[in-house]
Amino acid sequence: MSPGLELIRWELAQAFRAGGSGPMAVAFFAAVLTLVPLGIGPEPALLGRIAPGMVWVAAALASLLSLERLFQGDYEDGSLDALALSPLGLYGTALAKALAHWMAVALPILIAAPVFATLLHIEPQGIAPLMIGLLLGTPLFFLIGALGAALTLGLRRGGLLIALIVLPLYAPVVIFGVSAVEAAATGAPSAPSLMILGALLLAALVLAPPATAAALRLHLE
Amino acid sequence: MGTGLRTEGATNTLDAREVVARRGDLFALRLDALSLAPGEALMLAGPNGAGKSTLLRLLAGLLPRAEGQLAFDGLDPSNDIRAYAARLQFMGHKDAVKNAFTVRETLRHWTHVQGVAVDAVGALAAFGLGALADLPVGYLSAGQRRRLALARLVAVPRSLWLLDEPASSLDAEGRTALAAVIANHRRHGGLVVMASHGELALPDTRVLTIGSGSA
Repeated sequence: MSPGLELIRWELAQAFRAGGSGPMAVAFFAAVLTLVPLGIGPEPALLGRIAPGMVWVAAALASLLSLERLFQGDYEDGSLDALALSPLGLYGTALAKALAHWMAVALPILIAAPVFATLLHIEPQGIAPLMIGLLLGTPLFFLIGALGAALTLGLRRGGLLIALIVLPLYAPVVIFGVSAVEAAATGAPSAPSLMILGALLLAALVLAPPATAAALRLHLE
Repeated sequence: MGTGLRTEGATNTLDAREVVARRGDLFALRLDALSLAPGEALMLAGPNGAGKSTLLRLLAGLLPRAEGQLAFDGLDPSNDIRAYAARLQFMGHKDAVKNAFTVRETLRHWTHVQGVAVDAVGALAAFGLGALADLPVGYLSAGQRRRLALARLVAVPRSLWLLDEPASSLDAEGRTALAAVIANHRRHGGLVVMASHGELALPDTRVLTIGSGSA
């Protein structure tokens, strides 16, 4: 097995063993979206109007949950040194970990999303743009989030700081994700918003891992 | 990548000249000259905080040097860290093991992530861990965790070993096993640089007292 695949497999195993972040995040996502109708009231028109935004915000917050531990454990137990000196290097480590955590956290959310979209009265023609948007947008949460996690490595209460660093950068993702669903609901094409999400994803794939690796390198010195 | 830029130095020799390492503005370490040939071992001595770990991290390529020259096997870590790192094993004072995984899984992960596609369970035997292969790491004692960390030296063959107090928390039997593994490594042309407070008796080893200059 290649070093990159091995690291992804290892991270996934960690995410689904005791205390892992995988099932936690989707449970959090479900809990937030269950609270929405309780707080807002069960009126279908109002729920359908705000539901795309709620689904996106819940997905963004659920992604934030596991970010603090993304590099922290490996930093504390010395594994990060070994990864830095492995064939992966810090760049490969950053990319593989972002991908693994996306798989552990976001894929269960993607499976749960259509169920909650229906429960919250999102228009049927809005489901496809929501799903495509989440598929393109959630990897961005982890690529950007890995950078935040690397910058705050070793800080006490780093999780709060990660949220402050990362949430403003999540804003464009949420904006275009929601606008794709709303466009579909009004009969307008949602392709432009989805294409912008795709472009953001490509840019983050190129820019975020080297920046993450550079931030990690500072902590190894 | 590939084999990287080869600049100077003989095969499998570690050469450092006038190397300066800095950690912020607080701490600087200077090493005038260091040369280590295949089969040789160097013990780094010095009081706590003298910079033994700093020097090992510098030799591993984890800490960039501020000045000077450093090469192993003709490769400079600041030119091509991957090619340089592919020739060494760095073992810090932390064990880099996770409680949720078994001993066997830990070793398997290590070898695969280092690009060696073998399970290398045999390496456990060198440190007397063969019977514990299926036990979660969380159940191991501190000494057993250290033995597991050291088993990686055997599992992934590399020429240069950089060991930061490898004998810490090892019992007498563990220290004997480590000494045997190091002796075997040197017989096969390996190099060892080790920070130690003298717990480990190694024959024919040079000692560099940090702060004193050359070796």
